[in-house]
Amino acid sequence: MKLETLTGWRRRLRAREISSRELTELYLGRIARLDAQLNSFITVTDELALAAADAADERLGRGEETPLLGLPVAQKDIFCTEGVRTSCGSRMLDPFVAPYDATVVARMKAAGAVMLGKTNMDEFAMGSSNETSFYGPVCNPWDPDRVPGGSSGGSAAAVAARLVPAATGTDTGGSIRQPAAFCGITGLKPTYGRVSRYGMIAFASSLDQGGPMAATAEDCALMLNAMAGFDPRDSTSVERRAEDFSADLERDLKGLRIGLPREFFGEGLDPEMRAAIETALAVLKDRGAILVDINLPNSGLSVPAYYVVAPAECSSNLARYDGVRFGHRCADPLDLQDLYTRSRAEGFGAEVKRRIMIGTYVLSAGYYDAYYLKAQKVRRLIADDFRRAFTEVDVIAGPTTPELPFRLGEKSADPVKMYLSDIYTIAVNLAGLPGLSMPAGTIGNLPVGLQLIGNYFDEARLLNVAHQFQQDTDWHARMPAAFV
Amino acid sequence: MEWETVIGLEVHAQLNTVSKIFSGAATAYGAEPNRQACAVDLGLPGVLPVLNGAVVAKAVMLGLAIDARIAPRSVFARKNYFYPDLPKGYQISQYELPIVAQGHLDIELEDGTRKRIGITRAHLEEDAGKSLHEGLGAMTGIDLNRAGTPLVEIVSEPDLRSAKEAVAYMKKLHALVRYLGVCDGNMQEGSFRCDANVSVRPVGQEAFGTRAEIKNLNSFRFVERAINFEVERQIDLLEAGGQVAQETRLYDPDRDETRSMRSKEEANDYRYFPDPDLLPVVIHPEFIERLRTELPELPDAKRARFIDAYGLSDYDAGMLTGSRELADFFEAVAAGCDAPKLAANWVMGEFSAALNRSEVELRDSPVSAADLAQLLCRIEDQTLSGKLAKDVFEAMWAGEGDADAVIAARGLKQITDTGAIDAIIDAVISANPAQVEQYRSGKDKVFGFFVGQVMKQTQGKANPAQVNERLRARLLGD
Repeated sequence: MKLETLTGWRRRLRAREISSRELTELYLGRIARLDAQLNSFITVTDELALAAADAADERLGRGEETPLLGLPVAQKDIFCTEGVRTSCGSRMLDPFVAPYDATVVARMKAAGAVMLGKTNMDEFAMGSSNETSFYGPVCNPWDPDRVPGGSSGGSAAAVAARLVPAATGTDTGGSIRQPAAFCGITGLKPTYGRVSRYGMIAFASSLDQGGPMAATAEDCALMLNAMAGFDPRDSTSVERRAEDFSADLERDLKGLRIGLPREFFGEGLDPEMRAAIETALAVLKDRGAILVDINLPNSGLSVPAYYVVAPAECSSNLARYDGVRFGHRCADPLDLQDLYTRSRAEGFGAEVKRRIMIGTYVLSAGYYDAYYLKAQKVRRLIADDFRRAFTEVDVIAGPTTPELPFRLGEKSADPVKMYLSDIYTIAVNLAGLPGLSMPAGTIGNLPVGLQLIGNYFDEARLLNVAHQFQQDTDWHARMPAAFV
Repeated sequence: MEWETVIGLEVHAQLNTVSKIFSGAATAYGAEPNRQACAVDLGLPGVLPVLNGAVVAKAVMLGLAIDARIAPRSVFARKNYFYPDLPKGYQISQYELPIVAQGHLDIELEDGTRKRIGITRAHLEEDAGKSLHEGLGAMTGIDLNRAGTPLVEIVSEPDLRSAKEAVAYMKKLHALVRYLGVCDGNMQEGSFRCDANVSVRPVGQEAFGTRAEIKNLNSFRFVERAINFEVERQIDLLEAGGQVAQETRLYDPDRDETRSMRSKEEANDYRYFPDPDLLPVVIHPEFIERLRTELPELPDAKRARFIDAYGLSDYDAGMLTGSRELADFFEAVAAGCDAPKLAANWVMGEFSAALNRSEVELRDSPVSAADLAQLLCRIEDQTLSGKLAKDVFEAMWAGEGDADAVIAARGLKQITDTGAIDAIIDAVISANPAQVEQYRSGKDKVFGFFVGQVMKQTQGKANPAQVNERLRARLLGD
């Protein structure tokens, strides 16, 4: 059977050409058959999925129409799911079964989605290669020796290999966009505050944002319609009128001003990548868009600012994993201090510990002003750069990553090198803007991602531009050969 | 050497909201462990705090009552430290930008003069849970019912100069939060407690001495005793050539001493930073003005009014306005009997004594304000003498009914039958011819003697006004 997009399956479900149960069995079968090559799922919830599919079939039979009714999806294992383990890719939470659903999970359930399972990820979303997961690395479906990116590497690989039509991700410094680029799929990080963070295990609260990952922009719009919306349980979620992110997809691009930040095309960008990106931009130009050079002069400061703010918040957010109430607890603690130190030493991996230590350091008495406070000021400068740019252009475009997917183990020994793979995505989180990555070409067999950055709450515009691009290209429709 | 004591208090008052500061769980005291702790209070992965607006309103009211500045923008920060009853590994508090700053409270010193005590700030924070050790063997239990209970921490300037001043300040603040209805003030349950920063310095020296912080004092008596012990300890230490260490100390009421808990070197680096899960609290002037109009009459204003409207002495007015409940009770009694001074004497006298003797709170008093007013009316209309009234009051306290019921049941009802009164008067007149002669010759003073005799014969039950009238007529009429 032809593997449709999420939107395609939705049409076929409604036309009663296939049942949700058949569809769910199809994808559960693919996971069972193919995921051994990828390790993209931490937990597969066959029985729950089939029960949800049967319930969806009943509702479809009654003519009900909710946005994702009967459609199989996967949740990144950072979203709490009632009754199903939520590990966050960590030994610390290996035994943790949440007693409640994250708002995103609850909204998608209400929209009728059928959850197939929980996807692999870097431990506590800290990583750019999915190699820090307690459950082992995920392989890139385009080349099993290469990383899928991270931290939403499991979701990206699973969607790319069509083990699931769509999945959720979270993006703190590029964790949706970078793996989307590495795996050749479309991923959207919404404006900070657009998607509720309630029940989404916190890494860096002021940067974290959940979003959709799917083959196409059209599918991402469908997902975002279910995921987004004000949540009174998240004080940072933004109260706005509900929006239909699918409504604007067909708008033409005539006169659309696309800004190309010089800083994103300079040194550090692989020349072949640059050529691929320029070819992709030409497609948008052919559709009537106007390409404008712009500057984001402070973007070079984004990686250092990020690696102060994110670890600072993480060091505090991860303090609750102390072995007292839930999660991993060391065996036979001698006393309280021993309970804390051994539970945390055993429960956390090396990258998480590194960031907790950095964060603890930058918040310490005497260092706060020099690091945390300064980083927050830099953050404002970066946001101001974007604000200025958006007075001249409608959308900003550039490469999602400076280079192609790297080899497993290639950067694990050098954290700074690893951190630099998010050099084009991090500024977007610091400013709280929406950003999208879509497949825009290949080099050899490996996908290249084009990043689109929008003004606040301009997700519909980004999805529109990506959808128009996807009318003239088929990168999004290509599948890695091993998974056809 | 002469030493001067310098004290600053950090008072923690629990705000009496129905639900917690950042979750919907109930704040009620005394539930089974962990029955009033929801996912947010437990600090489960993924949960987020949402500010309870009622907490903000109560803090603003407190700020207005101490004439403080209400911050148009205040910020919640995380105070990071590990402790088993601190579920998130940090306490949400306010640090650089508290909601209330620069207020003051006037206290009364023993010599009757007033002293203004500066209040540096008051900030909002969440309470932690409790560690339980009893009945668990070698284990420690954690009860998170209290976790997330809203607190306001009120930090004074180091303006207090003795344990007595500290107690006066704390009592004043205690009365104030209860007047405002923002805190139940229950000290046994820990709703109102304080930390005392205590230091001494030679009289005349400007620089402060090194201070010790005494934690968690939950009664006025402990505040006084702990400070007095600590002051003596520091003076002894300094006079012996030693130095006071900057440290945290605990007061042990059983041994009446303070003991070192941790030194400055062992103190946590709390790594405060703004909580990214919460937005800054923005307070508009209209909100402040609305609350200002809703403020109840505060103790000082009430005291002035009592002097003015009821003609009470400053002392009586001060006593009666010591708590809002007592003041309200007094006003209800005064209104019911239209005799404010009598009401004041009774409320502060017999009534308060009975409360103390029976160890009951005002709200649980067996004699209501209306009951007491009725009794006082019987004094006013001279049904009862003061002495009889006390007996009736005892009976009322013992549950024998209201004043009129006790009067009727005990046959204390006044004699209003003129025939009966006349008969007694006649008997008194004929038994005391000499006094009759004196009266008739112009000695008015003797009249009192006759009244006394008649009242004696009637065991005080004759209506004094009636006795006066009839007696005068009989004495002059013959």
